[in-house]
Amino acid sequence: MKGSFITTKFNYILGWARKFSLFHYPYVTACCGMEYMSAACAHFDLDRFGAGWTRFSPRQSDMLLVVGTVTQKSAPVLRIVYDQMTEPKWVIAFGTCAVSGGIYDNYAVVQGIDRIIPVDVYLPGCPPRPETFLDALIKLQEKIQKQDQEWRWKKRKY
Amino acid sequence: MSTRIQKEARKESLLLNMGPSHPAMHGTIRIMLELDSERILNSEVEVGYLHRGFEKTCENRTYFNLLPYTDRLNYVSPLINNLGYVMTVERMLGIEAPERAQYIRVIMSELSRISDHLTCLAAMAMECGAFTVFLYNMKAREFIWDVIEDTTGARMTTSYIRIGGVRADLHPDYKAVLKKAIVETRKVLKDVHGLLDKNKIFLNRTRDIAVVSPEKAISYGWTGPCLRSTGVYYDVRKASPYAVYDRLDFEVPLGERGDNFDRYMVRMKEMEQSLRIVEQAMEKIPGPSPSQLMAKGIEPAEAIKASRAKAVEKKIRLSPNLEGSEKEKYKNILAKDKKYIVPPKEDTYTTIEGIINHFKFFMREHGIRPPKGEVYFSVEGGNGELGYYIVSDGTDKPYRLHLRAPCFHIVSALEEMIQGRYIADVIPTFGSMNMIGGELDR
Amino acid sequence: MEMEKKKVLEKLKQKFPEKIKEISVQFGDENVLIESGFLLGIVQFLKNEPYAYNMLLDLTCVDYKDQEQRFEMVYHLYSLNNKQRLRIKTRLSEKDLSIDSLTSLWENANWLEREVYDMFGVQFRGHPDLRRIFMYEGFEGYPLRKDYPLRKRQPRIPLRK
Repeated sequence: MKGSFITTKFNYILGWARKFSLFHYPYVTACCGMEYMSAACAHFDLDRFGAGWTRFSPRQSDMLLVVGTVTQKSAPVLRIVYDQMTEPKWVIAFGTCAVSGGIYDNYAVVQGIDRIIPVDVYLPGCPPRPETFLDALIKLQEKIQKQDQEWRWKKRKY
Repeated sequence: MSTRIQKEARKESLLLNMGPSHPAMHGTIRIMLELDSERILNSEVEVGYLHRGFEKTCENRTYFNLLPYTDRLNYVSPLINNLGYVMTVERMLGIEAPERAQYIRVIMSELSRISDHLTCLAAMAMECGAFTVFLYNMKAREFIWDVIEDTTGARMTTSYIRIGGVRADLHPDYKAVLKKAIVETRKVLKDVHGLLDKNKIFLNRTRDIAVVSPEKAISYGWTGPCLRSTGVYYDVRKASPYAVYDRLDFEVPLGERGDNFDRYMVRMKEMEQSLRIVEQAMEKIPGPSPSQLMAKGIEPAEAIKASRAKAVEKKIRLSPNLEGSEKEKYKNILAKDKKYIVPPKEDTYTTIEGIINHFKFFMREHGIRPPKGEVYFSVEGGNGELGYYIVSDGTDKPYRLHLRAPCFHIVSALEEMIQGRYIADVIPTFGSMNMIGGELDR
Repeated sequence: MEMEKKKVLEKLKQKFPEKIKEISVQFGDENVLIESGFLLGIVQFLKNEPYAYNMLLDLTCVDYKDQEQRFEMVYHLYSLNNKQRLRIKTRLSEKDLSIDSLTSLWENANWLEREVYDMFGVQFRGHPDLRRIFMYEGFEGYPLRKDYPLRKRQPRIPLRK
């Protein structure tokens, strides 16, 4: 990271603040939703990582959790939801169907959501255990910490 | 992008779109409403956002290969879908699972049904604002999933029930874990009854909302808890009993008015009856209780080397993911007919007959080939009558497999149920119908 | 119950002798194969009589690609009082792919027939609102027919990478 001592420290603090207060928007479609619900509830708590509260609106959240199979019919919907989110934003592909289409290789399923939106963390499993999901969240937090924090946003082209 | 409602809507009314991605945690469904300041004049329901091509995929997989696809249909009660498919194929082949396997199937089905109802009521209550109920139900569901995980190896999508029986015997400590799950579930049910039954807010939101008469319910093809809440007594477990349900003693709760509150109450009472069934099955299950885990036994490599000279008599230590399916347990859990089951792993690797059976089971054009014909069989799923219609042409892949999804018929009545009501009534109505996306759209 | 099942089939054969092509029993289910034009009359008879098949469980279609009459419509009826099931089948050929709709008798036939239209392309005469239910507008073809390849995708938005 280039820059002086103050900007690197500022980057560090900004990364620390961003990673521990993630508001996620769960785009839940299918079976993985059940494991997402378990991970968010009492046994495997999501709140202790700072990502507890679900924001039910894409404009107020900064992490998009795509949970479950994305079909061709709902692909434009996913694109619209992603476009509505404001910067900075991150995406976790939860479950094998979101990562690569899963066991469904046919006319109706998009083979992985990275054909529609850019993805930061891929989480395979059918469905992944809640502990795996928490591991993915920790990896995303590390990525956010190390990332080059920009505080003047230009519109990125995808 | 709606077709019918945009053409039919009046110019002065507001079109509201409860889009495919919405916080009601049931799945992707789109409800378009034509409003006159909070009152719904017309509505249109659009499904198909989770259509994964299940029926077409099944035409390209063998009968054994498509078991995991059936798990993911009604994903809150996966073992019941497994059971339905397997019993349909068993009917075509004319085989029957041994008695211990049938008791295990009943226990697993009822545990799945309890977790289905818990999830449905949790989501319904959370959307009405009762967040505590959601957390309590999820806590109870975790204990049930612990029981399922100990025996089958996975929490949700298990592929445990196989053609001819079940994959593995029960875990040696299953009784303790199951008793704890039953105690915790009863505690949670008592708490939820106390929180919601006489709660004025919940009653105002669900009593006398979306009333459905029995004739209308039958005309829409409703089955399951939604039909029983209108007063019609139809339960597949009582009408045409399968597995060992005719030997177990349980009641079928009925509702009176057919409104949202009755659907909630019928599900709560059904959970209590399912717990009764599980307790009875736990007492009555025949066969030797599963012994200690396989700690002793000779190593597999050594056994394979010794088998070249003569047949191995000693016990072999299998890998942990094959726990429960050792050779001596096979006669209790799987049918005897060698053509339709996977042979035990000790036989496969040490005897020549074992390896030939394994080869013939998994090879293309061999394996399970039912006679030509068609069959329809149904089981009682979490939502109603879950039926499988299989057409076979004598080869190892089904020619056509069709699923009679119970919530397809229930959701087709939604447009009529919410007409004339307020927007706020859509949420508990939709929640009480227990729409599961995987089953609705296949 | 076996006697009652046989009685229904006998009575059906007596009332419509020329319209019923075949009655068979296989794997414990009764099948009745009829001509496609007389579907509404026979189903109405079955619904009203004391046999009272008052629930339409399922409505689907099978594609036999190599045969002359390619599509076979399958109806499953159930009687709540007598606890009996019945399967009615009828054949359609590709040139004349239309059949009467059952929406006047049962309400769930609406969505079930839309599904069959979406997946196979069968037209239903008298259906109030026949359009696609699972696939999206702009999808060409009928997916569950045997000549539609499994992996032929028609993306709705341009996919990247």
